[in-house]
Amino acid sequence: MLRQLHSLPGLVAAVLVIVLALSGAFLSISPVQERLSATVPAAGQMSVADLAGKVATQYPLVEQIQRTPSGSIIVYFRDGDVSGVDLFDPVAGKSLSAYESPSIMRWVKNLHRSLLLDTEGRVATGTGAVLMVLLAITGALMLAARLGGWRKILGPVRGTLPQRLHGVLSRYVVLGLLLSATTGIYLSASTLELIPEALEAEPEFPVSGELAAPLPVDTLAALKAIDLNDLREMVYPYPGDPADNYSVRTNQGAGFVHASTGELLSYEANSTSRKIHEFIYMLHTGEGLWWLGLLLGLSALTVPVLAVTGIQIWWKRRRGLSKLTGNVAADTADTVILVGTEGNTTWGFARTLHDALTKAGHRVHTAPMNNLASGYPRAERLFILAATYGDGGPPASGNHFLAKLRKFDGVPQFRFTVLGFGDRQFPQFCQFALDVNAALIAKGWTAFCPLDMIDRQSPQEFARWGKNIGELIGTDLILEHNPERPHTTPLQLVERVEYAADTDTPTTVFRFTAARPETKAGILRALRRRHGLPYFEAGDLVGILPPGSHVPRFYSLASSSKEGMLEICVRKHTDGLCSGYLHNLKSGETIDAFIRPNPDFRPTTGKAPVILIGAGTGIGPLTGFIKHNTPNHPMYLYWGGRNPQSDFLYQSELNGYLDDKRLTELNTAFSRTDDGAYVQDRVSADAEELRQLIQAGAQILVCGGRDMAKSVREAIDAIIAPLDASVQALKAEGRYREDVY
Amino acid sequence: MKTKFMCLTLATALALPALSQAKPVTLTTELSAYSGDGAYVALYLTDASGQYKRTLWIAGKKPKYYKHLADWARGSSLNKAEYDGMTGASVSSGKTLKVTVEVADALIDAGYQIHIDTAVEKKRDNRSEVVVPLTTDGAGKPTAGKGYVKAFTYSF
Repeated sequence: MLRQLHSLPGLVAAVLVIVLALSGAFLSISPVQERLSATVPAAGQMSVADLAGKVATQYPLVEQIQRTPSGSIIVYFRDGDVSGVDLFDPVAGKSLSAYESPSIMRWVKNLHRSLLLDTEGRVATGTGAVLMVLLAITGALMLAARLGGWRKILGPVRGTLPQRLHGVLSRYVVLGLLLSATTGIYLSASTLELIPEALEAEPEFPVSGELAAPLPVDTLAALKAIDLNDLREMVYPYPGDPADNYSVRTNQGAGFVHASTGELLSYEANSTSRKIHEFIYMLHTGEGLWWLGLLLGLSALTVPVLAVTGIQIWWKRRRGLSKLTGNVAADTADTVILVGTEGNTTWGFARTLHDALTKAGHRVHTAPMNNLASGYPRAERLFILAATYGDGGPPASGNHFLAKLRKFDGVPQFRFTVLGFGDRQFPQFCQFALDVNAALIAKGWTAFCPLDMIDRQSPQEFARWGKNIGELIGTDLILEHNPERPHTTPLQLVERVEYAADTDTPTTVFRFTAARPETKAGILRALRRRHGLPYFEAGDLVGILPPGSHVPRFYSLASSSKEGMLEICVRKHTDGLCSGYLHNLKSGETIDAFIRPNPDFRPTTGKAPVILIGAGTGIGPLTGFIKHNTPNHPMYLYWGGRNPQSDFLYQSELNGYLDDKRLTELNTAFSRTDDGAYVQDRVSADAEELRQLIQAGAQILVCGGRDMAKSVREAIDAIIAPLDASVQALKAEGRYREDVY
Repeated sequence: MKTKFMCLTLATALALPALSQAKPVTLTTELSAYSGDGAYVALYLTDASGQYKRTLWIAGKKPKYYKHLADWARGSSLNKAEYDGMTGASVSSGKTLKVTVEVADALIDAGYQIHIDTAVEKKRDNRSEVVVPLTTDGAGKPTAGKGYVKAFTYSF
């Protein structure tokens, strides 16, 4: 619901809100410019009479003096038949230049206020402001839910590049955008007269007094009493009208000053509603509060980025939605699949299960968890596929499930099993699936298979689970799930560097380029696909389909697409289908591959030190990170291999990185030497140094096998225990990330 | 720039009782090509001493800005009855405002004057930038204003 409330106005208003935001940002420069060019005397230094005296020496006939909220003094004068407007320096007492508000500013202002369309346009911009408020509020609520509560609102944002950009940018600017939009709504409502207009004080014209000779303007008592910084506008008496007075407007009110007595006549103070109006106007425009205007302008500049990334996220989710084929009605199904998902990845798994069961002759009903019926009369079994959202919470399509379950009467005739989807790097791994499972058992329902969990959408784990389920229900169930398979790119092997070639488990660095010759590369294509390769960064995964298999194998990438080649480091496993296939590849041969982004496994930007820990082929993405560390941020590598003579992977490259400071420190451990050691031993030996680095905000990236990762976690936990810190806590901060296999 | 003419004929309640002694006067106000938004323009009659007599036309729809038409505002006291039914859109830079109003014969060749006040947002307000006597001889002769009015002409 929250999501629809966010994405629908977002799509409708994207262009409108972008126009308003960019024009607003442009206008926010103006108060700053004005303030920079204005000389403003301190309060109490100069009265309006002083200014009028200085102006009188420069101009023969002054009609009007204005002071802008930024402090610029503008003098309207006439010299014979010529009329002019000058900017005036009140301190130096001389004219600065002719004054003209730039026409581009005026055009942009009209665009901002009314889209150059008068009343209809004002209604549209007002609506845009309302939508902006809606977007800001629903967006903040969604972000808080996603990050696990308001207290974690500044925590790391995970996800694809658009998701991270959208989340991170928006939380910096949401307050600014809310302020701009709410004040904008007020001003629109005021202009469109939806709320009573708070008008300026309008004093009555005073009854003209005796026609004594007027006094010099700088001697008038009432003008002496007004500080220059309070002045808004002073209109001089009309030259042809001897009974006319000075009309003066200040920040507090308005009145008239008698030209021959210097008395203040029929003064009227601004009403409270007018003061509120002016305050809101100042907040919106930054006129008189230039720094706020500039902050709001900067916030507004992010709106186009938010709009584009928002649409990207929406589009990706939308594309992921696809219809199930042959979905049976709930009351006739023998098998029910309920899905709890935030995005659509779990739907993909559900579809695979649905299709496989349907193919095996079952009558399958698949629905969101929130659609739990009051009963499934023909059902024999119920599958619940549940992802977890935020900090152990329910995902969107399952957030009402537990409440519905509480109202479910009796114990059903069918049995159930729960399959959780999650990411082991999160502290609350599959928490929602665990909660659902516990609630079902507490209800007295019977499981036909204990709860199982899938880590990071692993198709292999899913296939294994399917095999198990198939045996339990007496159906041959083959679950070949590949959510991101569709677009493979042919890649051509151009180089291989072999290590430990004479053993039966050699390790090879493979380098590929795009096999498809680049044809008619348009600008868009050149931007999107560098050198014909799809976009990827070091640390992302490449999925490779070995011949004769539909299940891809994933390898961590050691290069980024901007290098024009794709690099992976692979150890040959005995009987390894894909690693064997790769090791048999000859230069010039091609493979089919696709990219799976792995945006969480990446050094964070910034100057904080980075500690890279890996073993064996886990070095691959780590060298990629080092290679791209051209700003020479501190980077420490701990790596474990077997034999320094035969499998010191990337040895020459690493030495080069040490020389040019891309790598700060290289620590290696080799297990097959006389004093054999593992990488976690090297880590523990450097406890003191690592503790200091972690205290200084270091981020840790670990890549390699599961056992190694576990040992390293334990070693780091021991090292930082004196700091009252833990790997779990670092993970929650996004400072400890793993890519394990 | 394309010139937009606004032709309006008014038979107002004010003119009705003396309809037989009134004649239509066409007021043509051409603005110069200043840089700025649309101008508010007040056309009104005063007696020979400059005392406000009646409103002829107000270009500009928002009464909250009428105070910038300073002389007219003072003369009419911004009393709505003074300008009710005699208002239209503001006039953009370089455009021409053309209106026809009924004026009593008694006011012609009797020392009465046509005044024009103008105002543009964030620019100078011009009070009585045009002052011309309303006479049979003066008809058809253009007068330049001191502000935004390039040429003002009235004709019977």
